[in-house]
Amino acid sequence: MSDKKSAITKELKDAIGIESEPVTKEIEKGAIIKFAEAIGDTNPIYSDEEVARNTKFGGIIAPPTFLRSIDGFLGPSTGKAKIESPYSAVVDGGSEWEYFEEVRPGDLITVTKYLSDLQERDGKLGNMLIMINEKKYVNQFNKIVAIQRTTSISYDPK
Amino acid sequence: MTIQNYYEDINIGDNIPTLQKDPTTQQLVKYAGASGDYYQIHYDKSFALSNNLPDVILHGALKNAFLGQLMTDFMGLEGKLKRLTVQYRAMDIPGTPVFAKGNVTKKYVENGENIIECDIRLETHEGEVTTPGSAKISLPSKSL
Repeated sequence: MSDKKSAITKELKDAIGIESEPVTKEIEKGAIIKFAEAIGDTNPIYSDEEVARNTKFGGIIAPPTFLRSIDGFLGPSTGKAKIESPYSAVVDGGSEWEYFEEVRPGDLITVTKYLSDLQERDGKLGNMLIMINEKKYVNQFNKIVAIQRTTSISYDPK
Repeated sequence: MTIQNYYEDINIGDNIPTLQKDPTTQQLVKYAGASGDYYQIHYDKSFALSNNLPDVILHGALKNAFLGQLMTDFMGLEGKLKRLTVQYRAMDIPGTPVFAKGNVTKKYVENGENIIECDIRLETHEGEVTTPGSAKISLPSKSL
């Protein structure tokens, strides 16, 4: 253990807590409808404007995990800090969402993210580097829409 | 449309109606496109095998979406999802059904909201829990 090289580099340690540049995306209705279809959720509040208009929401809203899609892939890639695992293979370890506001078509959602914790463990995939990332989603009214904590596990595919 | 559940009618220990999903490789491709997650382990079998995986595997976030639907179906239009937590403990392979399940663990009033907490899980058709988690929702009251 002690003579083995740690996957937690100084560069990674230094990246903890550094917030990324904010990225703002406009929420498209078509993207919400496609997402609902892809996850197989036929609830009309995600896809049928006529039906959704007559609910308390007054129109289409996004499914709870939709926000994941506006931000692309796992790790904080747009950070000021360089956050790169030495391992090329990555699996998703888990996710914790806290929800505050609905997401609607036309919303401008700003995402910032930062690396909040690092762990290293030996498992069935060999040595694994575990990164906890936190993402904050804020809408155009400056209200926090959701906070997501994700766990990404990287390992050496050899 | 889903039926509306009310806080008064839900008790600790109640089971949440099971949601069956039948993920296919086609659904994984659709989800890759809709979510923007193009990691090849979800649609390129030789890539998945070269990464020591048994096959292409379901996106963790897709399983998260299944468990999200379990809760949004249960809480109905008047409910509110407050927290959704999932841990991807084992991989799921397309081509066999998966089952989103849950049960009520707590009920209490917090800041004027009627809160229900649940343990949730995704099981394979063989009953293996691949994705345990928990959720917190609020439900409407009959008395208001």
